[in-house]
Amino acid sequence: MAKKSIKIRAKLKGGVTTVKCLMNHPMETGLRKDKKTGEPIPAHFIQDVVAKHNDAEVMTAQWSGSVSKNPYVAFKFNGGAKGDAVSVAWTDNMGKSEMGSAKIK
Amino acid sequence: MNTDMKRRVFLRGSLAAGTVAVAAGAGLLAPQAVLAAWPEKAFMAKAPEEALSGVFGSGQSAASDQIKIKAPDIAENGAVVPITISTDMAKVETIALLSTANNAPLVALFNMGESAAADVSIRIKMGKTGDVVAVVKADGKLHSNRKSVKVTIGGCGG
Repeated sequence: MAKKSIKIRAKLKGGVTTVKCLMNHPMETGLRKDKKTGEPIPAHFIQDVVAKHNDAEVMTAQWSGSVSKNPYVAFKFNGGAKGDAVSVAWTDNMGKSEMGSAKIK
Repeated sequence: MNTDMKRRVFLRGSLAAGTVAVAAGAGLLAPQAVLAAWPEKAFMAKAPEEALSGVFGSGQSAASDQIKIKAPDIAENGAVVPITISTDMAKVETIALLSTANNAPLVALFNMGESAAADVSIRIKMGKTGDVVAVVKADGKLHSNRKSVKVTIGGCGG
């Protein structure tokens, strides 16, 4: 198991759950060049993100390399109860994937 | 020597097969039925209309004040520009975020599930000063709004 690469905080307020998520990822666009060798650094970025609440998908996202390095994303959904599970999973252009989860507070 | 090579190829093959099986079994990837393939053409498109057509089938949208874009007027660091898009519109299906100053303007797509609220925040890279455009598909129709963001130091490592 890799070290925790997704930090999630989910908070319920006024019937709406806000989820804040910080992911660890280089998010290379493929346009940068290695300063020493001059070789282009290959594109390596998160393409797909799936967020679930108690196993039901609440949101999916598709990203390009223009999302910042170590992406921060926040989203909201109606409902949710304290203790419910929220999970966020990503897949990148190289086929790697990670998942993190948290309980709604 | 020959058996050595055969053994290596065999091991490599079985290792690869094993990894795929584990990945598929672990169900890490989202249910394929729901998640569309990553729209490469849309994300590679150099012009906003082209990118939007790739996603929504059309580059035309109605300007709408109901879409709120929160973004800094001046971004000191183009590598990390915080953006929040929200709207009270009903039946929001998708929110597309574009940065006109980037060479491939489509940055992110958010697909709303049933319980999702149309309120998303993200941090993006902006190559230089330009507009952040939010296109919202609600009830089958496209609406958009834009906000200009000045960038003092470009964010694409250039």
